[in-house]
Amino acid sequence: MKQRLYLYSRFERFWHWTQAALIILLLLSGFEIHGSLEIWGFEQAFYLHVYCGFGLIVLTAFAVFWHLTTGAWRHYWPVKEKIPQICYYYLVGIFRGEPHPFEKRPDQKLNPLQRLAYMFLKLVLFPLQFVTGVLLFLYQWWPKLGVKATFSGLAYWHLIGAYAFLLFLILHAYLATTGRPWYNHLRGMILGWEEVCV
Amino acid sequence: MAVTSNWCRCTSCHAGYGWKDKSYDFSPEKIDCLVCHDITGTYKKFPTDCGYPPLKDKVFAGKKLFKAVNLSYVAQHVGRSSRESCGKCHFYSGGGDGVKRGDIDSTLIAPSKELDVHMDAKGLNFTCATCHTTTAHEIDGRHYDTPAPGKRRLALPEDDGHRVRCEACHGARPHRDEKRLFSLRHLKLNDHTDRVACQTCHVPLYGRGLPTNTYWDWSTAGRFKDGKPIVEMGPLGRPVYHTKKGTLKWGKNLVPEYRWYNGAMSYLLPGEPLRTNEKGQVVLIAPEGSPDDPDSRIFPFKPHYGRQPYDPVRKTMVIPKLFGKKGSGAFWADYDWQKAVAAGMAEAGLPFSGKVDFIETVYYLPLSHMVPPKEKALQCVACHVREGGRLAAIQGVYIPARDRFVSVDRIGRALCLVLLSFVLVHGLARIIIGLKRK
Repeated sequence: MKQRLYLYSRFERFWHWTQAALIILLLLSGFEIHGSLEIWGFEQAFYLHVYCGFGLIVLTAFAVFWHLTTGAWRHYWPVKEKIPQICYYYLVGIFRGEPHPFEKRPDQKLNPLQRLAYMFLKLVLFPLQFVTGVLLFLYQWWPKLGVKATFSGLAYWHLIGAYAFLLFLILHAYLATTGRPWYNHLRGMILGWEEVCV
Repeated sequence: MAVTSNWCRCTSCHAGYGWKDKSYDFSPEKIDCLVCHDITGTYKKFPTDCGYPPLKDKVFAGKKLFKAVNLSYVAQHVGRSSRESCGKCHFYSGGGDGVKRGDIDSTLIAPSKELDVHMDAKGLNFTCATCHTTTAHEIDGRHYDTPAPGKRRLALPEDDGHRVRCEACHGARPHRDEKRLFSLRHLKLNDHTDRVACQTCHVPLYGRGLPTNTYWDWSTAGRFKDGKPIVEMGPLGRPVYHTKKGTLKWGKNLVPEYRWYNGAMSYLLPGEPLRTNEKGQVVLIAPEGSPDDPDSRIFPFKPHYGRQPYDPVRKTMVIPKLFGKKGSGAFWADYDWQKAVAAGMAEAGLPFSGKVDFIETVYYLPLSHMVPPKEKALQCVACHVREGGRLAAIQGVYIPARDRFVSVDRIGRALCLVLLSFVLVHGLARIIIGLKRK
């Protein structure tokens, strides 16, 4: 039996899609600054990257506040149940038409793998990119801030972070299509309501 | 090539009033006041008179008339130096208009804003001394082993009397939007000033006024046609062959070469062992500086290439006597390099093996003049590009877009491709199985 559940509130949807757009723009402009792409030209790419970067920081600040005040941070708390079953599902079960081993509910919207992935994203990748990015931007202030780093060293870690984001984006975008029907998760993330088997 | 043994020709500019041999007394009273302070424009030195002006009408090289200087008239009309008075020597360094410098020539007597924003005759109208400030007749701006004086900071409020550096007036963070309070563009431009000299972006080309000499091959000098000297003119209106000088190459609107520079130049002195670069050229004058030195900046230079006589046995550059009477050994009279070098080295008091050969040379001239309006400054992409950027050869600094981390790029790209293929296969399998099931 299928049931329509309201899983994603208006703020979450706004946050998610704005973040998605910013990250995609940051990746494109960032790789142009790195010299791998040619889209806007170096100078415009630089401006876009800085504006999107600060935009993402502001957005993240609001999101952190929202998660803390609403208690939604609990969705990201790692649990170890069902991880093997979920891996099995994506490698085998999905092809056999078996149901997803994890049951989505308004009080547990994210499966254990998602929890780990998003936790890693927020506690490792976001801070890595924010810290290295902001420091690269504040290059002339290092002596005043007492920062002892090299430009190339920070650029190195910022680049590694960028590839990690790109890998995440590829997998995340693909997994978004694994609902039933394939657009079920996408529709849920856009409209807030998702059809869930009960 | 050097002043030594060519005194009376070179010293019309290489300062010395009556400097006709090596025993010249350099005491301050021998400084020629009028060469800088004449405002009549009539005080001219005869090119071959050891730094003296002509006292009666004289013809130079059978062509140019030098009128006798009316010394009392000139003495009654002295004033501040002007672009013209400085230019009498500096515009013509290397023996002709714009030959040596590439950023200074006679077009600066009354330049347009396009050519030089500071000297713009209808605008700021700077003289040379506006920036080349003097304290008790010591003029700022030399590039010998001691860099130009003055710190890289605003000259005011603590005026130390030195204004020759751009930063003295413009400050260390000079870019500012005229209207908006905050401008990301200007903020980022200012971030460059710790490693990039102002000139690097703001002197984007040299030879913008007149053509400048880029290559001077002395080895071919001394050819005659039917017993007469040859002067063959090239497309830029400058000689490409001259019997006295050899083969010459010229250029206009040229892209500088960029080097780390701390304001000092190191000179190969007569008799010193040769130092060569990776192209095998003897480096005569090279900028000093390195990326590890916080006072060094990336700076634009005109490289002046040549082929000059040297001693293949002792492995030193030589000083040929160029100017002199027939029979003195002077190259421009006898056209024999062996004799010319023997005469020059003897006068310089330096050892000479007796053998002369020619070797490729290069020396560097820092470019600071002929700053065009800011719209003509280099754009980001001139350097921030993977290949072929202006700073492609600069080491010791990370330039985004030019530089990369090859292994990170390789691994990152490979991982992305693997993941992409994996999800494509996974997705395709889902579609096929889904269709079968129907």
